[in-house]
Amino acid sequence: MQQSRYFSRAEEVSAACREIYSRYGYRRYRMNRFEEYDLYAANRNFLVGDSIITFTGQGGRLMALKPDVTLSIVKRADCRPGGQEKVFYIENVYRADKSGEDFREIMQLGLECLGDIGLYQTAEVIALAAGSLAAISDDYILDLSHRGFIAGLLEESGLEAEAADDLLAYVGGRNPAGIAELCRRAGVNAGLCRRLIGLTSIYGPYPEAIGRLEAISSNDRTESALEEIRRIYSLLEAFGRGGRINLDFSHTGDMKYYNGVTFSGYVKGIPSALLSGGRYDGLLHSFGKSGGAVGFAIYLDLLDAIPELPGEYDIDLLLVAGEGVDDRSLAAAVKAQIALGRSVTAARGEIDPALRCREIMRLGILENTGKKEVSI
Amino acid sequence: MISIALPKGRLGETAYRLLESAGYGCPELLSDTRKLVFEDEGGRVRYYWVKPADVAIYTERGAADLGIAGLDILLEHSPDIYRLLDLGIGVCRMAVAARRDFTDDSARALRVATKFPNIARKYYIGRGREIDIIKLNGSIELAPLLGLSDVIVDIVETGVTLKQNDLEVREEIAGISAMLVANKASFRFKNSEIGELTRRLAGVVAPKEGGGTVND
Repeated sequence: MQQSRYFSRAEEVSAACREIYSRYGYRRYRMNRFEEYDLYAANRNFLVGDSIITFTGQGGRLMALKPDVTLSIVKRADCRPGGQEKVFYIENVYRADKSGEDFREIMQLGLECLGDIGLYQTAEVIALAAGSLAAISDDYILDLSHRGFIAGLLEESGLEAEAADDLLAYVGGRNPAGIAELCRRAGVNAGLCRRLIGLTSIYGPYPEAIGRLEAISSNDRTESALEEIRRIYSLLEAFGRGGRINLDFSHTGDMKYYNGVTFSGYVKGIPSALLSGGRYDGLLHSFGKSGGAVGFAIYLDLLDAIPELPGEYDIDLLLVAGEGVDDRSLAAAVKAQIALGRSVTAARGEIDPALRCREIMRLGILENTGKKEVSI
Repeated sequence: MISIALPKGRLGETAYRLLESAGYGCPELLSDTRKLVFEDEGGRVRYYWVKPADVAIYTERGAADLGIAGLDILLEHSPDIYRLLDLGIGVCRMAVAARRDFTDDSARALRVATKFPNIARKYYIGRGREIDIIKLNGSIELAPLLGLSDVIVDIVETGVTLKQNDLEVREEIAGISAMLVANKASFRFKNSEIGELTRRLAGVVAPKEGGGTVND
C-alpha cells in the first residue's frame, strides 16, 4: 500500500476496509455514549484483559471508558427471525498495556454480523477479514481454528471441569508434554491422548494441514466441525481468499462464548496478531437473544510497528517574509503558491533549522519601486 | 534467515554449543567477545547476545525470531511467545528458603524477599497464605539474615550458597531449565525454517523423561 504523506497507515487502512465493508452491505455503527461499568463486569471473560477505566456519571452511576465495542453491539442487537444485523465500527477502546501500568487509547476497526446467520455469512465475514489483511499487506496469514473440534475431543476424555480446563490450556499452549502427563494421571486412553497431542502439532497451510486434522477426527462433534471447516474453506476459495489460510489450534479465549470457528490474522513485520475473530453465539445467547454472531476486530495501533518511510521533506516551500512586508502581502503570496499545488509554511525572521523544505523563497520589498517582489 | 537471542553468559554459551552441533554454528561467536551480532556464512542464522532477563522481550516483540530463556524469566514475566523445546540445560529449582531456625507464624503476613515477585505472589495465592513481598535485585540470601524478610523465593542450583548462609530449602516451587522460545508471528511466517531448527535441536538435546516439546 502506497504510503501517503497526509494519512497515517492506520487511517488509510481503515478507509480502505470501510469501503469494502460497505460494499458487502455493512453499515457503520457509532458509539456516542458511555456504557455502565456493569456491562463489562458481567461479561469479564469475554474481554481481553481486565483493567477498565471508570468514572462517576449522572446520578452517581459507575460508568466506563469502553474496553470493547462488541458487547454494546450485542446488547442493542434486534435479532428478529430472518433478519441480520451487519455492522462495522471504528472506535477507540481503552485498555491497560501489558505491564498493567498505563492505560492506552487504541483505535479498533471491527465488523459484526448477528442474527439469523449460517455458514455463508460466517465465510463471508472470514473473507472480509482476509480482505482487510490484504489491504494492509500482500504478505499476510489468516489462521483458522474450530472450538467445536477441540470440544469434541475433550468431551471424549470424560474429564471433570477443572481437569478439562487444564487440558484445554495445554492444547492452546501447544504443550504435548503437559497433555501426556495429564492423560497419564487421569487415566485417559492412549489413543485419545495421541490425538490430542496430534492437534497441538497441526500448523500449516490448509491444503497440507486438513489431512492431518481428518486423521484425528473421531466422533460426531469433531466430524461436524471438520465438515464446517471444509465448507468454509471452499467458500473462501470462491471469494478468492483461499490462498493464505492456515490451520492452527492454539487459540485462547473463553469456550463459553466462542463455540465454533475462530480465526486470527498476522501481517509480516508485525510481531503479534493484528486481527482476531470468530463465531461467538454463546455471547449472544447469554444476552437472551437467538441466532448466531460472527465478527472480528483489527488492532490498528499495531500498524505503528511497521516503521514508516520518512519523507525527504516536511514541506514543499518555506516562504520567509522580510522587513517591511505586511501580513496581507504575505497571505497573498502564500495563497498564490498553494494554488500552484505546493504545501507552504510562512515565517518571519528566524528559520527553524529542523524544518526540511524543498525550497525557500524570500519575500522582500524592492528599494526603488516600493513593490513587493519575490526572490529566492 | 532466523535470528536468535542468546543470553549473555554461561547458559548462552552452552545453548550455542547445542545449536552448533545441530548444524547452526557461526564462526567467531565464542571467540570475539566484543561483538553483539553474529551471522553465519550461509546466511541462515543470526545470533544476538542479550542480557538474560531481556531475551523474552526481544523475542516477544519480534526483534529476534527465537530466543533461549530460562523458565524462571518466562514464569515471572509471562511473555506472549511459544515455548518450543526444553533444552535441558541451566537446570535448577525455584524454591522457598529460610533460616534453619525459622518457624512460620501464620497469624502474621509472611515477609518474602525475592527477585521474582510474580512467581512468589502466584505461589502463595495458590496456598492461601498472606504475604508481604519485598522486591530485591540481588544477593537475596542476605534478606532473612538481616531480618529484612522471613523467607526468600529464589533460584537454587547446588544449594551451596544457601548452606553457606545458614539457609535451607523449605519448599520447592518449580523445576527450572532453559527453553527455546519463539515469536508468535515469526513462528507463522518462518514456520518451516523454525520447525527444522526445532527438530534438529531436539535431536541433540539430552532426552528428558516425558520427552518431546514442553510448554508449561
